Amino acid sequence: MELIVKKRIKQVLKGDQNAFGEIVELYKDKVFHVCYRMLGNRHEAEDISQEAFIRAYTNIHTFDIDRKFSTWLYRIATNLCIDRIRKKKPDYFLDAEVAGTEGLTMYSQIQTDEPLPEEEVESMELQSSIQKEISLLPDKYRTVIVLKYIEELSLKEISEILDLPLGTVKTRIHRGREALRKQLRTL
Amino acid sequence: MNTCPEEIVHLMHEYLDEELSYEKEKELKQHLQSCEACRTHFQELKRTIAFVQSTSHIAAPSGFTQNVMSRLPKEKKKAGMQRWFHNNPFFAAAAVFLILMGGSLLTAWNSDDKFAFTNNDNVVVEGHTVVVPEGEVVKGDMVVRNGDLRVEGQVDGDVTVINGERYLAGAGSITGQIEEVDQAFEWLWYNIKSAFNELGDMFESDDNNE
Repeated sequence: MELIVKKRIKQVLKGDQNAFGEIVELYKDKVFHVCYRMLGNRHEAEDISQEAFIRAYTNIHTFDIDRKFSTWLYRIATNLCIDRIRKKKPDYFLDAEVAGTEGLTMYSQIQTDEPLPEEEVESMELQSSIQKEISLLPDKYRTVIVLKYIEELSLKEISEILDLPLGTVKTRIHRGREALRKQLRTL
Repeated sequence: MNTCPEEIVHLMHEYLDEELSYEKEKELKQHLQSCEACRTHFQELKRTIAFVQSTSHIAAPSGFTQNVMSRLPKEKKKAGMQRWFHNNPFFAAAAVFLILMGGSLLTAWNSDDKFAFTNNDNVVVEGHTVVVPEGEVVKGDMVVRNGDLRVEGQVDGDVTVINGERYLAGAGSITGQIEEVDQAFEWLWYNIKSAFNELGDMFESDDNNE
């Protein structure tokens, strides 16, 4: 697969846009999935994963052809996800009362958690609560947990994707696991 | 709840990362057998991982690739041409052939198509018809290319009409030989045409194969 991708990248570098289409086709599910687990929302995940591919295209000349393309692509995607998470970090709390109402919290203002038809596959309660718990993790733990356990990447690859020392990745995975353990204990 | 040393939890994580040496693993297992709290902790961790891994893989929405492609900056025209030629090597060769052949044939035709005739002070030109007026005498041979010749007067010499018609008026006379090379040209023309027809058929069959 890497070989095909490298060939396609060379074509993209020559200006062939269709070759990039094939790259998107190869990686779209993986990238979308990472983004979905990071952001916990289909709409945002689609937005960010598309953005990731577009960034990959416009910066393709900075990609070192001797390295693994997926690592580079994941790096773009996770960085965009983290940016998005930090930007939307709420400066209000869902438990806060809506001004001018009595007993009505911000929970009443948000979109229902009812699954959309296309999310029916995921309608199992367990699945959505796991996703919810993952979303509750601080983003630095969330990233490593998603990459490690959902994308099943090696620690070394994760450290390359996140541009962090291996030791830091390990520590974050340990802490992330502990945090999730505490959250999921009730399940 | 957990009074065991931090070290044990650390070992658990190393174990989960599959980075625990054999001796350390034995140490961990021994401890887990003797300590219920740590055993629970360890099981919870393993359960957590199982939970996270149980999340189903979800595919990107339909039309994802098209959306990405439509949002990409426009590619250079050159690349499109290159890709087209790369995908259709036969057409690339054919295009080169046609350009070269077409060029040379066109120049040949162009020179052939010109209306030309042997200049003589005594002739009159009406459109593409060279007229030797009544009472005039043309001395020497006459060649008319791609035009007609009407002789009302007299020509003292041979007359050659290429791709044209020759009219001899009642009063006109030609002393030398009269030659019309129309047929030769027609024959040549027919050959060129049939050659091109064959070429055309080849293109068409190639189109159908595409």
